[in-house]
Amino acid sequence: MNQMKNFTKGFIRENPILVLCLGNCPTLATTSSALNGMGMGLATTFVLIGSNVFIAALANLIPDKVRIPAFIVVIATFVTIVDLVMQAYVPSLYATLGIFIPLIVVNCIVLGRAEAYASKNSVLSSAVDGAGMGLGFTMALGVLGAIRELLGSGAFMGHKLIQGDGILIFILAPGAFIAFGYLMAVVNKIRKV
Amino acid sequence: MAKLESTLKNMALSLTLISLGASALLAVTNSLTLKPIEQQKVAKTVSAISQVVPEFDNNPAAEMFRVPTGEGDSLEIYPAKKGSDIVGYAVKTYTNKGFSGFISLMIGFRPDGSIVNINVLEQKETPGLGAKMVLQGTDGKREFKDQFIDKNPATFALKVKKDGGQVDAITAATISSRAFCDGIQRAYKTLKNGGLI
Repeated sequence: MNQMKNFTKGFIRENPILVLCLGNCPTLATTSSALNGMGMGLATTFVLIGSNVFIAALANLIPDKVRIPAFIVVIATFVTIVDLVMQAYVPSLYATLGIFIPLIVVNCIVLGRAEAYASKNSVLSSAVDGAGMGLGFTMALGVLGAIRELLGSGAFMGHKLIQGDGILIFILAPGAFIAFGYLMAVVNKIRKV
Repeated sequence: MAKLESTLKNMALSLTLISLGASALLAVTNSLTLKPIEQQKVAKTVSAISQVVPEFDNNPAAEMFRVPTGEGDSLEIYPAKKGSDIVGYAVKTYTNKGFSGFISLMIGFRPDGSIVNINVLEQKETPGLGAKMVLQGTDGKREFKDQFIDKNPATFALKVKKDGGQVDAITAATISSRAFCDGIQRAYKTLKNGGLI
């Protein structure tokens, strides 16, 4: 497949969150602000690229029957690296995302791409797939976070635009579902055009 | 190269090698990040301490000691000194009574027992309601936390008004406010038990 097309498929056409509906748990939990959503997205992107490359390279060395445990070991390694590096160099982001980082291990996108794509394709294609999917995920989380932050606390990227409290429900879990649903509808409409 | 067959030998070998490689990678990362992580933790504690006690010139984090609370555990106490005089104690206290459980607070006391300031280290309360406990008032606007400044728990009843105390609870977050008082009370009692105030 054309690498450019391979790269951009994660943005809209096969967006992991809004179209494939994979990995919705961290999506709903971390998007209370745009910055949190993007931080989570970038952490996942790094894990996706790393695990996709390694799994594509090792695909022939991994017997079929033990492929899932082998994938999980590779993914967990990358997640732990992200966790440690974040703790060491961006403690403020770690303070808000810390409890969700270990959960990237069980994020369906990462294992899903390993199983459905990386184990059957070349290293380069898998790296491109990981980057595209990861950025699509980051974008979806960033937009969702921005909507919730704007409505819920009247701010954008931490800058207060409107004085006062905003619509509280959008910061809480039900608001995440509402914003998520509408965003999904909009993206589906765009895909059909 | 053809894909390896799923024989017992191949499966054991493949998983062992992958795990070995993974642990080697993690060992390297861990040794590289160990020091920065340690420094971040110390820096965070020091900045929390300096926000809640009067000006000091010693290293409170290095002189930390523990005092039992009388409830089977102990709290970390950081003495702040100017020269050889104690100017205050920063107490790292906690409560488990928050709306979402655990809350960790750093509270600064003067040697006479009055509160200098309070810093919320960790909380998971509802955003927009209980989470307002972290706010510090600016430009004359009073926030929940500010009402404790300069109060002495010996004379200031650390209970929300609903329970017969003197604390104005956060609107629609009485449970969080009660928990906050519980944390302060624990710190005060511990200092008293330790004979420090």
